[in-house]
Amino acid sequence: MDDVLKCFKEYPGEARIIAGGTDLVLDMESGKVQCSCLVDITGIDELQKIEMTDQNVIIGAAVTHSEVNRSELIKATAAVLSQACGTVGSLQIRNIATVVGNVVNGQPAADAAVALMALGAEAEIACLSGTRNVPLEEFYAGLGKTNVDCSNEIVTSVKFPALKENQGSSFVRFAQREALALPMLNVAVSLSLNGDKTIEWVRIAMAPVGPKPMRARSAEQMLTGSEISGELFEKAAEEALKEACPRDSALRGTAEYRKDVLPVLVRRALEAAVASIKCF
Amino acid sequence: MILEFRLNGEEVEILVSPDEILLDVLRDRFNFTGTKKGCGKGECGACTVIINGNAVNSCMLPAMKAMGKDVQTIEGIGTPENLHPLQQTFIEEGAIQCGFCTPGMIMSSKALLDNNQSPTREEIKEAISGNICRCTGYVKIEQAVLSAANRMKAQKSVGEGE
Repeated sequence: MDDVLKCFKEYPGEARIIAGGTDLVLDMESGKVQCSCLVDITGIDELQKIEMTDQNVIIGAAVTHSEVNRSELIKATAAVLSQACGTVGSLQIRNIATVVGNVVNGQPAADAAVALMALGAEAEIACLSGTRNVPLEEFYAGLGKTNVDCSNEIVTSVKFPALKENQGSSFVRFAQREALALPMLNVAVSLSLNGDKTIEWVRIAMAPVGPKPMRARSAEQMLTGSEISGELFEKAAEEALKEACPRDSALRGTAEYRKDVLPVLVRRALEAAVASIKCF
Repeated sequence: MILEFRLNGEEVEILVSPDEILLDVLRDRFNFTGTKKGCGKGECGACTVIINGNAVNSCMLPAMKAMGKDVQTIEGIGTPENLHPLQQTFIEEGAIQCGFCTPGMIMSSKALLDNNQSPTREEIKEAISGNICRCTGYVKIEQAVLSAANRMKAQKSVGEGE
């Protein structure tokens, strides 16, 4: 890792980290990104790990979507992320593209990033002067932009608390095809039950309904401490809609259409998250 | 920079520039033109090759990423005299029309069958979901992969029986 950081010093402003490169290579070909030094980090052992320490799951920057999708640890502790990672691009892309890259690229509808937001994940960012941890919600600086300085910093991993037995999660995605299609909408939920019926806490992440993946805070508040019921989920879904601001897309649905669909997806994601707990 | 890797079972070495893309190196430098360039951005799968057992798009991969890896292209699979079961069943089932997507389809299917001897139709669909065919409509391709899987299993059990 030290060698990677030294490259930033050796090529000031000119070095870029490449992991899977499935976004970066295209950006370089189109001229959107220009750099004279590419630093490939995928061979670094410490970045290839999916591991659990102190109730936290850590995914290194070189781990691909396919690896996360297949990981038994992730299936058991963060089903929402396993599901999301199985939907990105195509198998060929998932075999190369990294989960951390999905976050770093800063796109508002990035499936893995949306799932990570529902898991309350934070990113570890390293530079020559040290490391810092940034919650995903504070990670974004606008459409396609993040608070990472790509010519000086590297996101080394993402980390989130593993879900326990009374906790569940789910990912719901709506797209024109099952493969090679960006989502028209996606919703990720993780929640914790107190006993059989009371919601201890819940996180709802939804996208693309703004310049970055966003939490449905007031819907979450409505649910917290309440007993689960179909009616409650309907209400919460409508509440989530009030917080969302989807755009018109020529390819992926009008704002009006997305607003019609969003509450349905939120409700389904909540139901599936609860159902996933009962599977234990 | 000197890139060393294993290409269709043979150790190779070639001088590449760091911004060269693997697909271009395969096609223009090794003259392995079986791997096709379709969209050039990972959306069609025509450029699919197998690296260390995984199907990947070679059109978005810097060639240097192949360093030390095992790369298989369509040229490494079967010969005109001795076709791979997938190649044989693609022909028999009529899973080819214009043929442009076929090398990619075969590579994706081979990556699947190398790891899974008895795939379901759903698993086959997932394996080729990153490969677009504009002629056949996929049904015959799925059937060909299924037939190839059965044939490979049968061959294997005959082999084990001896």
